[in-house]
Amino acid sequence: MHYEELIKEHAPPWPYPVHYGKENEVSCDVLILGGGIAGCWAAIGAARKGVRVALVEKAATKTSGAGGTGVDHWVAACTNPACRISPEEYTQANIDHAGGWHCGIATYIACRESYDCLLEMEKMGVKVRDSDDEFKGAEFRDEKTKLLFAIDYENRSWVRVWGAYAKTALYKECQHLGVKIFDHIMVTSLLNHKGKQGARVVGATGVNIRNGEFYIFKGKAAVIGMSHASRNWMFSMELRGISSGFHPGNITGDGHAMAWKAGAELAALEQSGRPQAVAYGYPQYGAGNAANTWYACTIVDATGKEIPWVDRDGRILKTVSERYHPAPGNKTVFMGGGPRLMPVRGINLGPGDAGSAQKFEAALPLYADLAGMPEMERRIIWGMMIAQEGRTLIPIYHTYNQAGFDPDKDMLQVYEGGWSGVGPPQWREPSSGGIVVDWDLKTSLDGLYAAGHQVFASRAGGGHAGAAATGRYAGGKAAAYAAGIGEPVIDRRQVEAEKSRVYAPVLRRTGMDWKELNAGVCKVMQDYCGELKSEELLKLGLKWHDELEAGEAASAIARTPHELMRLLEVLNIMTVNRIILEACRARKASSTRLNFKRLDFPEVDLSDWNRWLTIKLDKGKPKTGGLPLDYYGDLKTNYEDHIRQ
Amino acid sequence: MSQKKVYVIPNVPTPNQPVSLNPEICSGCNTCVEVCQVDVFIPHPEKGKPPVVLHPEECWYCGCCVNECPVAGAIQFNWPLNQRGSWKRKASGERFRL
Repeated sequence: MHYEELIKEHAPPWPYPVHYGKENEVSCDVLILGGGIAGCWAAIGAARKGVRVALVEKAATKTSGAGGTGVDHWVAACTNPACRISPEEYTQANIDHAGGWHCGIATYIACRESYDCLLEMEKMGVKVRDSDDEFKGAEFRDEKTKLLFAIDYENRSWVRVWGAYAKTALYKECQHLGVKIFDHIMVTSLLNHKGKQGARVVGATGVNIRNGEFYIFKGKAAVIGMSHASRNWMFSMELRGISSGFHPGNITGDGHAMAWKAGAELAALEQSGRPQAVAYGYPQYGAGNAANTWYACTIVDATGKEIPWVDRDGRILKTVSERYHPAPGNKTVFMGGGPRLMPVRGINLGPGDAGSAQKFEAALPLYADLAGMPEMERRIIWGMMIAQEGRTLIPIYHTYNQAGFDPDKDMLQVYEGGWSGVGPPQWREPSSGGIVVDWDLKTSLDGLYAAGHQVFASRAGGGHAGAAATGRYAGGKAAAYAAGIGEPVIDRRQVEAEKSRVYAPVLRRTGMDWKELNAGVCKVMQDYCGELKSEELLKLGLKWHDELEAGEAASAIARTPHELMRLLEVLNIMTVNRIILEACRARKASSTRLNFKRLDFPEVDLSDWNRWLTIKLDKGKPKTGGLPLDYYGDLKTNYEDHIRQ
Repeated sequence: MSQKKVYVIPNVPTPNQPVSLNPEICSGCNTCVEVCQVDVFIPHPEKGKPPVVLHPEECWYCGCCVNECPVAGAIQFNWPLNQRGSWKRKASGERFRL
């Protein structure tokens, strides 16, 4: 007998009044799906145009998402007065660094608008410059504007910000602008005009994760910003792999799945690689390292010997200051033009440690020598960057300080794989696959716009700042569309079908739970869509997904509205797995940049295949197409044409 | 040895204690329940009592609950054991851990 049968009669009732199936209807002009950074800024961008905005979020908008707990570096702020790299140069550097496999649209919008968003944040009460002169005289400070810069002290496109409460500020601004916020409601599907796949998006459905009630949202336009896909190859609570990444564990490709089912076009899902967080990792920013928030901390070995920093050409740097300057002729530090730590024999220093021939002999373990850094650098890292960056104020800054860590005296240990941990090649995550957009950030579906990490091949245009810029932009575009289009018409049959799907798990009495299902489908991806792929393996992967969908998933249960949310997330993960498997089948050539190796098509980087493969459902079947890598065309001309409209 | 009352309890989820709530200090306002990014809490069946950590293994360790809590000391953050990093004191070589 299961334990729950034993205790059911004695267990307290669920603390919220449950009404599965009860319908709530909401009408608006612009519907924002996902209340993270992109979603909040989209709501602000739309609301400023004077339209009625509703925002739906599965947690609490005030604190949700990767940006919910802060931001320390505002990237792509190319229009700031002290910046010496143009939006065109910055975006092109991103594109070149990816060998062309980067969608320039989101990044260019970020370069042109992220600084404007930063100034708006300042008006909302967020501290964005060193107004208290704490860092007067620092090399990373511009005396005129008092802006502080990170990473590249010469070209100055990344601004250091006190963003621990940026989300709170955004939330208050949304409320101030009259945005109707629907928290603790998971969006479960998009609704199409006349219920037809591929038709204009006219709304969405949702389920309340506390009381189980159903929501039908009607919107003339929608902005989807549910971040990237995740938990496709890896899932384990006990190993904490899913907790050590940059995005919360409940980021499960919901947006990918529902956009796909609605008929939207996606791309780049055949690209996958080593995850940001693997099992056996450490808290992000909580282990010794010299990456972004900790750039450019000195790393020493067990005897105190410094690991050398080298420039782009392999020359050993002599000073700390040199680490913050790109190579002559380069205008970026991170994208191949700047200094890095020399690789060390016996330890993988994490992403970027490609394992070159030249390896430094060091006694392990290594440590981040914060105590040995120049005072200004030390103070900016521990206490400003660590404290303001997402998931650092409580988890790192307060917790480590409480335990006695002293940045003036102590050195945090460095671990294998950085804080990301290590794992075999079949432990992967989707890299940058997402929804295809045009210069309006419009998807292939009329009425649907995308922002933030939801957009393909752009890394949000640059993390938090990119999500802000693309969110605000997409919100404005959605509002403009809504202003000129007729009332949406919801198809009752599409709603009924979705209601059936959503509530099926709560009607069952016995069956598999969501965790076991997630772990099971991840195993299928590891075995059939691992590092080495082939048609036979991929087809088997799809066959197993068919069987699991008809079998274990079709009889999986949810005991509470919370479990229902978790199970619906896993069903989304299964949908995304299908998109990945189909995208992999469609790419009949190997690719270094996509980290894509096919045993049956081993030739690498054939010119015929140097293009994006788009994929969508057409009458229920996957249909592929192609786009040139630079389909977005001239960055400046296209951007300026589109902002005029 | 006095007899302790023993109950039937199944295996607990792992990790099991992402946060610790102090019942002496916690006011039961449920702010943590509202702001949790991944919905690990439910309100206690009795109003005014500390919330229940119902889904501890889902915690993402964002710290929002601790950060938004209006009562100092009511809630404490705990990294899982296999996530607790360590450091070395430069001058003495002494080792510490979370």
